[in-house]
Amino acid sequence: MNKMIMVEAKLFLREPGGPIFAILLPLALLLGLGSTSGLREPIPELGGERLIDTQFPSMMVLLSVVTMALTLLPGTLVTYRENGVLRRLSTTPIRPVRLLVAQVVNNLATAVVATVLLIVLGGVVLGSASPKNVLAFTGVFVLGTASMFGLGLLIAAVAPSAKTAPAIGSLLMFPLLYISGMWTPRETMPEILQRIGDFLPMAPFGDALRATWAGHAPQPLHLAVMAATVLITGVAASRLFRWE
Amino acid sequence: MKVIEVSNLRKQYRDQLAVDDVSFTVEEGEIFGVLGPNGAGKTTTVECVAGLRTPDSGTVRVLGGLSGTKLKNQLGVQLQSSLLPSKIKVWEALDLYASFYRVPANWITLMERVGLADKRNTPYGKLSGGQQQRLSIALALIGNPRVAILDELTTGLDPQARRDTWGLIRQIREDGVTIVLVTHFMEEAERLCDRIAVIDSGRVVAVDSPAGLISMVDRQQTVTFRRSRAFDDAVLRNLAEVTGVSRTGEQITVTGTGNLLLAITTALASADVVPADLRMEQATLDDAFLSLTGKKISA
Repeated sequence: MNKMIMVEAKLFLREPGGPIFAILLPLALLLGLGSTSGLREPIPELGGERLIDTQFPSMMVLLSVVTMALTLLPGTLVTYRENGVLRRLSTTPIRPVRLLVAQVVNNLATAVVATVLLIVLGGVVLGSASPKNVLAFTGVFVLGTASMFGLGLLIAAVAPSAKTAPAIGSLLMFPLLYISGMWTPRETMPEILQRIGDFLPMAPFGDALRATWAGHAPQPLHLAVMAATVLITGVAASRLFRWE
Repeated sequence: MKVIEVSNLRKQYRDQLAVDDVSFTVEEGEIFGVLGPNGAGKTTTVECVAGLRTPDSGTVRVLGGLSGTKLKNQLGVQLQSSLLPSKIKVWEALDLYASFYRVPANWITLMERVGLADKRNTPYGKLSGGQQQRLSIALALIGNPRVAILDELTTGLDPQARRDTWGLIRQIREDGVTIVLVTHFMEEAERLCDRIAVIDSGRVVAVDSPAGLISMVDRQQTVTFRRSRAFDDAVLRNLAEVTGVSRTGEQITVTGTGNLLLAITTALASADVVPADLRMEQATLDDAFLSLTGKKISA
């Protein structure tokens, strides 16, 4: 298993376009836009909080995780299926599911690197605060990331071809990012959009990241929605996944 | 010893019957060919043998009835159109696949054997078609299998690469590995296989050695030559071996049976005729295939 993860990691780094994009885009946005005055002014609707405090960094963590989970992971897995890589593995004594695990590990590692860079560089360059409740933040990160990767595996399971997999991922990703408050904080959205967002897979993750970043407890509803997403997507993906 | 026993195998996909009724046995140490046109059910048959598909009915026994991981430890498979990630290096693929088996072959030796030692650090995507196939064969052999199934091994290779691959297959057999070779390529089956199952429309139409299959068709031979001077056809026509003589210009075509060539050359010598461009044509596996299935195989 270790060898499989190692080899997949090497392959992952040999085509660094995707991972670099998933790390650099949120980082560049954070550092670039974070220094503009608009993000540094207290906003009354957010109770006097500045966008740069928790809203913006949380959204960048979210962006990085979902880019990995919804576009890169399904793209790679469906390519492996299409090229018969999974089929070849199924002729050997090991189970091809190991390749999925190795892929998830690599994407997860990249998401962790991106998050650590966002927190550290945000702190050093912009002087933003690190997550106040580190333990809860980490827990939310793990649960939310698992839910997004579950969704990514489900996309890989149902996508008909390697070309359509990232497209389906993006098609899901952008509306979900919008409703999660990527472009405008959720508090400023109409009530109905906020309520819908509470029950969709992505917004609870974003909210929980913000809450723990600020040192608050995440909402139980949001934790429940994330856990349910992990469960549902996990079961559905393992039922629907085609190896060839 | 029977290494593979397939009886009355049947496999239906949603809208089409892939394998109707296939039975054959493969003996230890032989190169067994599965020959048939595209869509005949060859690949489905060997996928059932390899345990990758479950037959609708019929039985498959491999190595005395192994299945699951035990079977996969003893059976090497090289499937049609299974690629590797394009950035994986030759040595990495070998090293990785070796780690899947309990008692793997030494991958360095294997790499040298398939002639990829100097491509050790080349990524899969940069290999030529022949090199990719050789790596694929090496991966099928990396678990030290007792049986190797090789599906459409040389399709898309140039003649030289094809010949090299055949040499490699013969070497592997020398080591005692039983080989099942799926092909729709006549010359490959004729040169390499000890026995061949001819499959057409999901059924086995014949199982025999290449020579045995050829002898099933019309035994008639044809000898052609250019005559050095005019002579009476009766010289040939009166020979017991000859069934027919025809002439187009200076070109004579003689058909017959038995030791036709010797009879003709002897008769011509005594008539003082020197045959030029003397050629004999015998039935080929192509002819056998045509008469067995009623169709020409597409090369």
